[in-house]
This record gives sequence, C-alpha cells and structure tokens, in this order.
Amino acid sequence: MRRVGVVALNTFREAVRDRVLYNLVFFALLMIAASILVGQISIGIEQSVIVSLGLSAISVIGILIAVFLGVALVSKEMDKRTLYALLAKPVRRWEFLLGKFGGLVLTLAVNTAAMTLGLLLAMVSVKHSLETSDTAVLVAVYFILLKLALIVALALLFSCFTTPLLAILFTVGLYIVGLYVQELRNLPAQVMTPATAAFTKGLSYLLPNFENFNVMAMAAHGQTVPGTLILQNTLYTVAYCTIVLVAASAAFSRKNLK
Amino acid sequence: MSGAAIEIENLTKEYPFGFLHLKKKTSLEGLNMQVETGEVFGFIGPNGAGKSTTIKLLMGLIFPTAGSARILGKPISDVKMHCDIGYLPEQPYFYDYLTAAELLDYFARFHDLTAADRKDRVERMLKKVGLETARKIQLRKYSKGMLQRVGLAQAILHDPKLVILDEPMSGLDPVGRREVRDIILELKREGKTVMFSTHILSDAEMLCDRVGVIVGGKLRGVGAPGTLVDMKTQGLEILFELAGTSTAPMLSKATRTGEYYRLQVTEEELYAAIEQLRGAGAKIHSVVQVKATLEEFFMHLVEADRAQGAAVEVSGK
Amino acid sequence: MNSQKSIPWLLPLVLLAGFAGIWRLQHSIDAQRTSLSQERDDILLRSGKLVKLMSLEYAPLAADIYWTRVVQYYGNKHVRGQAGLELLWPLLDITTTLDPHLLISYRFGAMFLSQSAPTGAGRPDLAIQLVQRGIKANPDYWRLYEDLGFIYYFDLKDYPKASEAFLEGSKKPGAQMWMKVMAAKVAAEGESFDTSAKLWQDIYESTADPTVKKNAELRLQLLRAKEDCRQIDLLADAYAKKVGRRPTRMIELVQAGFLRGIPGDPLRYAYVFGEDGKAELNVESPLLEQQLLLERYNKAIPQN
Repeated sequence: MRRVGVVALNTFREAVRDRVLYNLVFFALLMIAASILVGQISIGIEQSVIVSLGLSAISVIGILIAVFLGVALVSKEMDKRTLYALLAKPVRRWEFLLGKFGGLVLTLAVNTAAMTLGLLLAMVSVKHSLETSDTAVLVAVYFILLKLALIVALALLFSCFTTPLLAILFTVGLYIVGLYVQELRNLPAQVMTPATAAFTKGLSYLLPNFENFNVMAMAAHGQTVPGTLILQNTLYTVAYCTIVLVAASAAFSRKNLK
Repeated sequence: MSGAAIEIENLTKEYPFGFLHLKKKTSLEGLNMQVETGEVFGFIGPNGAGKSTTIKLLMGLIFPTAGSARILGKPISDVKMHCDIGYLPEQPYFYDYLTAAELLDYFARFHDLTAADRKDRVERMLKKVGLETARKIQLRKYSKGMLQRVGLAQAILHDPKLVILDEPMSGLDPVGRREVRDIILELKREGKTVMFSTHILSDAEMLCDRVGVIVGGKLRGVGAPGTLVDMKTQGLEILFELAGTSTAPMLSKATRTGEYYRLQVTEEELYAAIEQLRGAGAKIHSVVQVKATLEEFFMHLVEADRAQGAAVEVSGK
Repeated sequence: MNSQKSIPWLLPLVLLAGFAGIWRLQHSIDAQRTSLSQERDDILLRSGKLVKLMSLEYAPLAADIYWTRVVQYYGNKHVRGQAGLELLWPLLDITTTLDPHLLISYRFGAMFLSQSAPTGAGRPDLAIQLVQRGIKANPDYWRLYEDLGFIYYFDLKDYPKASEAFLEGSKKPGAQMWMKVMAAKVAAEGESFDTSAKLWQDIYESTADPTVKKNAELRLQLLRAKEDCRQIDLLADAYAKKVGRRPTRMIELVQAGFLRGIPGDPLRYAYVFGEDGKAELNVESPLLEQQLLLERYNKAIPQN
C-alpha cells in the first residue's frame, strides 16, 4: 500500500506541474463572474441558475480531465518508456495502476474542491448567505466526484487494451451510454423481440449508470438528498471501480511493454 | 550466494505481427546462459540481435513465450527479486517534470529506506554521476548524456547486488564513457555483479570478465574476450619496405601504406614468405603476431548469420 | 502474496461478485430515485428555438433524438392506457423546429394530436397548426394535404375545408388520383363510409409505422362494423315492413331470406340486435370495447 501511495503522490505532482490545476482555478474564477452576470439577467431563479451552471461546469471540466488524463495515465508512461525504470523497482504492476488511479482521483478531488469553493462564493455573492439546504450542492459535488472516479477507472481499463485515441472514444462512448441506461429500460417493448428486450433490460442494470449520480435538479432547488442514496452511490462507485480496476490490473499484468 | 547471479534457461520470445497478429517473429530463440556472481558480463551483438529483449524479459517488462530465468536464485516473476537489482533501460527517459534529485528520491521510496538514508543516498549518487550542479533542474532540460547519468544513478541507488545496464555507453561523449567505465569497475570492486549490453566492442573487451555474443536471436558464443578470440585462427604480420618493384607471388597479397607494405601470413607460410621478400630486396622491419580482435570474431558471426538468412530466404522461395 | 498467481482465479470471481453486487445496487438505487422524482415526464427545455441553438450544427440529429422521445412518450402512455398526452405537442414542436423536414413527425403528430382519446391528444387545432407548419416547410409534399383534409374531415367535420385541402394536395407533384375524387366526394356528400374507408385504407397502406398501421386497421374495422350495422338495420326495416315487427335475433333475417348467413364483424364475431332493436357488435368482440372507449371520449371531450 505504501508503494501505491508513492505512485499516487507522484501522479498528483505531475498533474500539479502540468498546470492543469491553475487553468481550472482560473476557470472557477471565470465562473463566479459569469454566474453573477447571469444571476442579474435571470430574475427570480438566480439561485438555481448559478447552481446548475456551476455544477454543470464542474462536471464537464472534471469529465474532460478524467477522460484525457485517465487515458494518458498509463499510455503516456508506456509511450515515453518512463515505466521501464519504475517497474524494475520492487513494485507490482497492479500497485502502479492503483497508484495512478489514486493520484488522478486525488487531483480531481482537489480540482473539484477548488471549483466548488468558487461556486459557493458565487452563491454567497448573490444571496449573501448560505443555508442548510445548500448542503445539497455539496452532495451533488460529491456525486460528481464519484462519477469522475468511475470514469477514470474506465479510461484506465481501456488504455490497458488499446491505443489512447480509441480508449478516449470508448470511455466517452460508455459514459454517454451510461447516461441513457434508463432509456434502455423504457424502450417500448413491442418494437423488440422478447430476447432483445430481456437482453437490453439486463444490460441496463449492469452498464455503468451515470444517471445515478445526477442530483443537479435537486441541488438547484435546494431539496435534500436522502442519506440512503449517498450511501448507495458510494457503494456503487466502490464496487464498480473495484471491478474495473481488477480487470485493468489483469490486463495490464499480462501486457508486454513495447 | 550459491551459484550464478542470473540463470537463463531456454528463454524464447516471439512477437506476433501482421494483420490479426497471425504471423510470428522470433526475436529470441532458446537462450541458455549464466552470469556468475561477482563478474562483469558483457552482452554483445548488433542492433536488433535480442539484447534488449533478453534484458526486458529479465526485468519482467515483457513475458517469455517459453523458458524461464532466475535472478539471484529467485524466479523473475517474484517481485522481491527487484529489491536487489538495478536496471538502466536503453535510452532512458524519466518523468520530465521532476528534477534529478526528485526522481532519485521518488525511486528510493520504493525501497525500504529511512528518510535520512534516502536523502544521503540521493546526494551521494548525484555526486557520483557528476550531476550535483544540475540537481535542481527539471529533467526536460537534460541532454541525452545527462539522462544517461541519471539513469545510472537510479540503477545503483539502492546498493543492489546485481546491476543490469542496457547500452550504458550510448549517447555519451568520451568523457562520459570513461566515467561509466569507472563506475562499472567500481561496482566490480565492491563485489557486485554487472551485466551490460553494448554494441561497442572495445568497451566490452576492456571491462568484461566474460562476454556473450548474440546475433539474430541466438547465442553464438560465451567466454572471456581473450578465449573467444583464441578460437579463431591467428596469423603473423610482416612489415617491410620495398624500393622498386618485384614479381614475387607473395607481394600481390601485401597491402601498401605509404612506404610500407604489410603482409599477413600463417605460421606455416612465414619462412617461405621471408625468403621471397629477401629475394625481392625488401627490407623487413618487423614480424608480429596478429590477434584477431573481438570485432573480427563478431563481424564473422554477423556475416555468417546474414548469409544463412539469405540462404533461407532463397530456399523459402 | 504472489499477484501473478492469484489473479487468474481472482478475476472471474471478482467480476462475478462485483456485477452481482452492481445488479442489486442498481435496483435499490432505482427504487430510491423513483421515489424522489415526482414528475418523470419532463422536458427540460420547451423552446424549440433554444434547443436548436444549443445543438449547433447537429440539429437534425437532435431532431431524431427528440423524435424517438415522441415515439417513446406516445408508446409508453399508450401501452399503459394512460390518458393525457400533454407533452406530445411540445415534443413535436421541438422536433419539427429542429428539423423542419422530418416529414414523419408531421404525419404522426397530426394523426395523434388530432384524434380524440384514448388514441390521441384530442387537439385537432394543434394538429392543424403542425401540419400547416409542415406544408410551409415542405410545400410540395402532397401527403401533408391529405393529413390536413383528414383532420378537417374526421375530427373537425369541416367538409368544405377538407375538400379544399384534398383539392390543393391533388395539384402537387406525385399526388394520387383519388385525392381529386375525394375532394369532389367530400364536397358533395360530407361524411360517407366510402370516403372514410378510403382515407383509412390509404393510411394503412402507405405507412411503415406499426403504431399508425395498427391504429388505421382498428379504425377500418370499426368503420366496417358501423357500416355493416347500418346495412343490417336497413334489412331489419325491410323485414319489419314485411313481417310487421322488428327482428330481435339475426337468425330471423336469415330465415326470412334477407341474409344468407349470420353476418360477422371483421374479427368474425356475429352481430347481434341490441335492446333498441338496432344491430350492434357482439359483447364477445374485442372491437366493442374499442368502440365504447372511442364513444365515451367523444362524449366527454366536446369537439371544438
């Protein structure tokens, strides 16, 4: 576990020196300015506009980082052969993989925290106080982070199998499919054969369901998110990430480096 | 420590290639080899001979199609073996966002070292490879030679029992090569086992207790550089001066450099040759024994391999 | 400890256990989330123009997505037998704004917007608006005129307007001959079995959409049944004139030589005489339920 931590911290250090973080803090500041502006022109719903705008921005930027850096995590090290010297050290391949995952999730957590701070500042600047109902925003941010962790795990898995470009396409594709999993279930049954219907329905429970994490509407209207859902989503993410990372480790442990 | 530092048994690596990976290219074929504890072993061969493949197999970067290997008595799949070995990859490249000191510290963290010990070792290694002044510079600004030094530093950082270096001299200027040679000799003095690959034969001749020659994925000979060469026929070289011209048959085989002629003969031919030269009025300066160099041995193997390859290609059609 | 050895059997195990867990978790999350959402059928953006703006150059693609939502929305409501297709209009509105040339959306929309419940939203006014928008964007597509005439004829019972629409459509390239005939017939007779049957028959034959086809088939069957009953009633009148009393059972008409056998509806259920002495569908026939449903909604929602 110590070695996993060492890799994770180095991954975090790489992201920090990549200036990704600074660009995003800048973006967060931009968002504050923009939302105040939007707040002025959207009479009556400033609060919910700022919250949905802010959460969307956090989510989109997070997904971009998760997909692109997630795929690059391992493929870049293989491409530049920085991995060679490292794997000659007493470190197992799955430890390296897990460390990379942890490092990027840590990076995303810090990023998201910075952007959330920006969002909270924007909210304060509009209504001059924070209420307890605003904790829904924090829950929404936490869910976004869970979603990002799952995306990173998937990106990592795909990058162990295929080229970076394809891995990005697969990850984005699966993410989009994951948003419409619910729709798979709602397809009118009469247009399919029973076998197809059963298959799509079964699939809809096994595919990563990114709609689970979407509580943006609730957050925007200050509704409370029940604790059960927080627990369920946490469990869901942990379970899914475990599956994906185990599969990625299995693939990566057998991989011949160039 | 009992037995060899590295034991390689029938190690084979095939790479699939082509559409759907149906075809196979053998890059290492049934390698059997041992590196004894405490020796400096040179692994020589032309580019693409299978040197790097062997080393990567030993390091667990790629996996063998067949065969096995043990390092320091442990199978290569055992992660613990990595505690006692150092490895310098070919044309090493490291995280370019780190400084040399940070990189060494990062690698040191994978070994069970205390913080103080880590700091101390990093300092010593930087000094050893001559990078103390560049220690605060990010590796992205390093030259190839500097990266090679960092690579060497990380390979010996944790005081390993066995050091495996893949082309340690490439990309270095003469001074750098000299320094690497000194480091290898120092490691030998400390009782460590060193295996390094190179295609620069003079380095191998100068440093190695034994060398292994690999060409076309097959091991063609193992032994001390001297004994390997002894296997080849040796000759004698006569250096002489000749005013005017002569029709002596031996002269046609001589090569001329300025005033001087050189003639290579076997031991049996020596006296007959000297007779002829004297008869032609030549002034003999010296007769010396010619040692076939490692390079000639090497070239001989390479050419044989190419000829064989060509023969196979022809018969294949 | 040895990861190389443990992974082969660990992998299937973890995957199996993991996905089993995911399966259960997803069900419980779904349950949790359904209890949270009060209104699932919600359209985030009701402005078609805004959606078009946001979909960049991919508006036709977005239109297709909205179109599948229309179909899904209609299909789900229809399957569950729920009334109230409030979102049909906004969805169609967005779809046709995104892609004004998506002809099927006008045709499908016109039919199900205009028809009364349970098959439609009972909003012929919106249907006409939709079709007229379609005609504006696709002026040469004669079938939209057919749809326009259809709405005037069946749902609004405005025969002059219906005739006008059919006539207009018949002038468009590719229009079929019967459009002109229909224009004249509707102008002269108003509603008639022939016209209605012909219109539904054309819908039935020209559509590829299973929902539309099924609906047309049902309408044709009901029309046929209605016409059959009218014919039987005429025979019953003749019987009454001859015998002096109205028949109470079909067999009496057969015995008196008015019918060769007991007539059946399109689903082969024998017609019967009701309490009022008029011919009607058999209680056994599935068509009866459909007919009653239609009549009930027609009474409940006054035509405008």
